[in-house]
Amino acid sequence: MKAQYSRGVLGVSRSLLLAIYSLFALFPLIWMIIISFKSDAEMFTTTFIFHPTLSNYYSVLVGTDYLKRFLDNLIVSVGAVIVSVIVGVPGAYALARYNFKGRESLAFTILSFKFAPEILVILPLFMIYQKLHLYDTYLGLIWVYQLITLPLLIWVLRGYFEDISLEIEQAAQLEGYGWFHVFQKILLPLIMPGLVSAGLLAFIFAWNSFTFSLLLSGFKIQTVTVASLRYVASDTVHYGYMAVAAAIATLPEIILALLIQKHLVRGLSFGAVKG
Amino acid sequence: MTESKDEQSGESSKNSSSKYMKIPIEVKARPYLILAPSLIVTIGILYPFVLAIIYSLTNYSFRSQTYHFIGLQNWVDMFSKREFWHAALVTSEYALASTGSELILGLGIALLLNRDSWYTRVLRVLLIFPLMVAPVIAVLIWQLMTNNAVGILEKLLNLFGLFNFPWASSAKTALFTAVVIDFWVYCPFVIILARAGLQSLPKSPFEAAKIDGGSAWFTFKTITLPMLKPILYIAVIFRLMASLQEFTIIYGLTKGGPGNTLMNLSITAYNTGFAFMRFGKSLPYILFLWLLIYIISQRLVKNWLAVQKAASGY
Repeated sequence: MKAQYSRGVLGVSRSLLLAIYSLFALFPLIWMIIISFKSDAEMFTTTFIFHPTLSNYYSVLVGTDYLKRFLDNLIVSVGAVIVSVIVGVPGAYALARYNFKGRESLAFTILSFKFAPEILVILPLFMIYQKLHLYDTYLGLIWVYQLITLPLLIWVLRGYFEDISLEIEQAAQLEGYGWFHVFQKILLPLIMPGLVSAGLLAFIFAWNSFTFSLLLSGFKIQTVTVASLRYVASDTVHYGYMAVAAAIATLPEIILALLIQKHLVRGLSFGAVKG
Repeated sequence: MTESKDEQSGESSKNSSSKYMKIPIEVKARPYLILAPSLIVTIGILYPFVLAIIYSLTNYSFRSQTYHFIGLQNWVDMFSKREFWHAALVTSEYALASTGSELILGLGIALLLNRDSWYTRVLRVLLIFPLMVAPVIAVLIWQLMTNNAVGILEKLLNLFGLFNFPWASSAKTALFTAVVIDFWVYCPFVIILARAGLQSLPKSPFEAAKIDGGSAWFTFKTITLPMLKPILYIAVIFRLMASLQEFTIIYGLTKGGPGNTLMNLSITAYNTGFAFMRFGKSLPYILFLWLLIYIISQRLVKNWLAVQKAASGY
């Protein structure tokens, strides 16, 4: 009896704790959506019951250059992922399949880019970029974003390549196919699901990045993350615009996150945890 | 790090010939060639890192064209400044508070999610959302929450008799506010990893513990936690490295304010370098931070490899 009772209490308190955390994690997103549909007139007088309006969305999307910033962000992030895929897939393959001198040091050097403080790279790069006329260009940002996207792709894909048994590759080679042919026709299709999910996660990281684009661009090219700052904490702040800016920047990622759920553990841990 | 990896492959040396391809001498250069593009792309960017060390020994500033070497002057200046020690303190407070809370509560929530029912299945998907939000956007979202004019938290706190909670605008609560935002974004990271760890645990030790009648806490302490250690180490490595150098959340929230309350090493380096244009002076701050991160990560990775070995002994 007693044991049953205490198990019941335990179950309820478990659910309660989970509910509290879920509210904490999800309510801010709901609140953002609510505010984005509130008119300025109802902003301070209502909480949950109000007349939803699209005027904030209209003002931000049509009245400002936010859409252009969205596009900038898209170009830079997609560009960064494409470059990383092109150079990173073969790189990951080499790290997975060849036993060569300095392999682990090279792999860890690439990983260490992720942990290097961004400001450390930016300070000198700021000067170099101005000399090379890369400051405030798509190419400049795509290049520096490699520090975000490339370590992720190489480390995650290395794991996927290691999962493919060597016999498959050797069998194909015995058939007389060349190295590149085997790579392209047999290995690439096998790692494709991993490649797509790692690519999408790299895209999310690039999309979210802030510091590089804050300090290495900002006039002609500005990412959404940087552009959204202008809605913060000024005296004439429009909370509705702020909510719209946040909602638009967040939406693509939530959709992508839903697509790659299954591969998320592996991607987030850079391949260290094979979930 | 490299050493221990070699040990691992040493263990499997019997079948190492089947793990890696046999390479004729003439194609020995191939892996380097295949890797070259990756290295060119990134080393082109890492070259500035070397420059950073050199420039930290000069009085370079964006104001004047000329500069000359002044030895370790910038470094000596930094260590003699109270500003530096304050920044170091803020850096460690922020890192320990956010990583610590994320680790403990993230593990707890992963345990709560680790039973099968319709709502845990739904929550496992929904709870990753905050992790996908850009940290700077998370700051925006939390300003909508905490703002005294439209923020709903004000209304909630009013119910408990708290009025005008100052959040980021007061020196007393700014760090707390920043850590709450960090926690909001990154706690799901720990949850996801911990849950993956929990799922991969073998069933038999738990069944044995059940038969022996061990309490839930005893089972957790003696079986679950040791086996989860490798994965928790990974979570700690990732979170600690990132929170030690956190720039975005603090910059978005208060740019280091109010006053100098939230000025950690990254923000101080940024302020000195960009706002005050004293380039040479700013570099020691960030190089010091890098060194700190490097040493800690080496140590943690070493521990991780040891712990992983111990855990796989089960």
